[in-house]
Amino acid sequence: MAVPLPAGSQQETAAGLSGRDRLLLLAPALLMITVFLILPLGFILVYSFLTKGTYGGVIWEFSTAAYEQFLFERDLFTDELVFHASYLQIYGRSIVQALVATTASLIIGFPTAYYIATRPPSQRNMWVFLITVPYWVNLLIRTVSMLFIVRDEGPLNTALMATGLIDQPIRIAYTDFAIGLGLVYSYLPFMVLPIYAAIERFDFRLLEAGHDLYADRWTILRQIVIPLTRPGIVAGCLLVFIPSLGSFIAPDLLGGGKNLMIGNTIALQFQSSRNWPFGSAAAIILLTLVLIVLVIFARRAQQAAVASGR
Amino acid sequence: MSKKLVLMMAASACALTLATAPGAQAAGELKIYNWFDYIPQDLLDKFAKEHDVKVTMDTYASNEDLLARLKAGVTGYDVAVPGEYMVAIMLQEGLLEKVEPNRLENFKNVREDMLGVYWDPNREYSIPYQWGSTAFMVDTAVYGGDINTWKVIFDPPAELKGKINMLKEVNEVLNAGLRYLGHPRCNENPEQLKELNDLLIEAKANWLSFNSDGAKEVLVTGDAAAGQIYNGFGMRAREERATLKYAYPKEGYTGWSDNIVVIKGAPNVENAKLFMNFMMDPENAAALTNFARYSAGIKGVEPFLDKALVEAPEVNPPADAPAAEFVPPCPENVVLLYDKIWTNLLK
Repeated sequence: MAVPLPAGSQQETAAGLSGRDRLLLLAPALLMITVFLILPLGFILVYSFLTKGTYGGVIWEFSTAAYEQFLFERDLFTDELVFHASYLQIYGRSIVQALVATTASLIIGFPTAYYIATRPPSQRNMWVFLITVPYWVNLLIRTVSMLFIVRDEGPLNTALMATGLIDQPIRIAYTDFAIGLGLVYSYLPFMVLPIYAAIERFDFRLLEAGHDLYADRWTILRQIVIPLTRPGIVAGCLLVFIPSLGSFIAPDLLGGGKNLMIGNTIALQFQSSRNWPFGSAAAIILLTLVLIVLVIFARRAQQAAVASGR
Repeated sequence: MSKKLVLMMAASACALTLATAPGAQAAGELKIYNWFDYIPQDLLDKFAKEHDVKVTMDTYASNEDLLARLKAGVTGYDVAVPGEYMVAIMLQEGLLEKVEPNRLENFKNVREDMLGVYWDPNREYSIPYQWGSTAFMVDTAVYGGDINTWKVIFDPPAELKGKINMLKEVNEVLNAGLRYLGHPRCNENPEQLKELNDLLIEAKANWLSFNSDGAKEVLVTGDAAAGQIYNGFGMRAREERATLKYAYPKEGYTGWSDNIVVIKGAPNVENAKLFMNFMMDPENAAALTNFARYSAGIKGVEPFLDKALVEAPEVNPPADAPAAEFVPPCPENVVLLYDKIWTNLLK
């Protein structure tokens, strides 16, 4: 991935190794990537240009029907190709949902990471450890548990009603808000950890220097802390945004499955819709979107690095 | 659908695999591919012991899942449990082994109404597993009116608005709508589909969620006060929330019939036939029925059935209820049209 990691150690690791040794060391990873990533992706790409079989599978005839279906449909009455926005709407909703989840994770994650990084070194590991504890439990189970907590007759609503704060349960389960809650909960550590790594390397004497120059706290945050920890922030945002974009457990369970997201749309094509080429095309389109985002961020990071003379 | 709990099921299936292996060296193997939560472990153990066969089982969550995996080239399974329309599709796709279960010893136990079925008229490929219906349940503590009509779902009374769960299955939802409108199934009439499309979009505003494997849970917890459900699953829901009542809508409802089949190229055809014969034994069919809570396609199970099951309203339609309707697989152009309406509904 083109995630700009805040490391400058490539030179040392490469030193002292011959080309052959380096290749040998790389071979297992390359083999894994080729067999389990490049090859399947190749299948998906090829399948997306084939004709759909009646009951799933594909017929080996070239066709761009799958990509056409993304933007156009045959009119029920006249059989003309007309533009339709159903799939664009689904992709748009998924992107908005992922952006919201990313923003919320950043707002919660940055202060958390800052807090951890400013603890004495002896305590930091404990905090990082605590952040990763939820990961010991399967994502599915965590999502179902959240549903149990927020549902109408769940402990949250029961407790609120017992205190007399509300007299009707607040509807949280099966709403977009619940989806956002689920996504933030699932992916928050992906935001905290890279930012923590960046802040931990941050030279806090720069803060004192800033204060000496009469900068207020807001200015210090904007002019010093954020620019210097940007690689961590960017990495965190990407690590939250990308899985959120393709997620389908949270939308299905917490959102009640009322609205399709990209992930569900793709899954549907391989099940009841029996349209493998379109499922493949939808996956390729998602992949392209993600790649575009990655390339933009990588470019930006490079420019920023050049601009700051590093 | 929504196939999430299935991951958990898959995990439990792995556990099953380990647990089923008998201590002694088995004479052979049998690999079963079945729906999640659809066979009691005791029954698998009994078969393994009787025939000295090592039984392993994996699970899937829908007929479409099964088809997709077999089409994707997954091999090694001996038997699977497809629904009736999926048997028809699998036959057409050449995915079934012709094992002629009609020649097996226990075939005489098959109910007459399970013979001469459209998906396998001579029962040369399949035997009945469980059958039942798909309609909906209503919490009578929330709504006390007449529930035997799809109006409850598509034009709900105020008490039920925003408290309705639908199955996340395109055919069940669209067929329910077509029944409410009085239009035929496997429909390709543009005006009627337009009407269906409008009906669904209007009704969706009153629906809470689309959930298949959580269809029972959502009713039991009270999040939904009405919801589409399979009858046996509904019985299990009622056992946990007594005010739930299974509806027999006057406009009609879906019938389904799952079958044991042998997959083409099965490595253990003889053991698969033994398993078919085993499952046609009334006592074993009853043990399965007591667990799954649908109905057996085998005669003579009554003495072995739980009493609660024999009398349950979910498996005993009232005299004035219409018969359940078995819907054959729709032609390709209809599948495409249905997909459009479904995507449009959930976009």
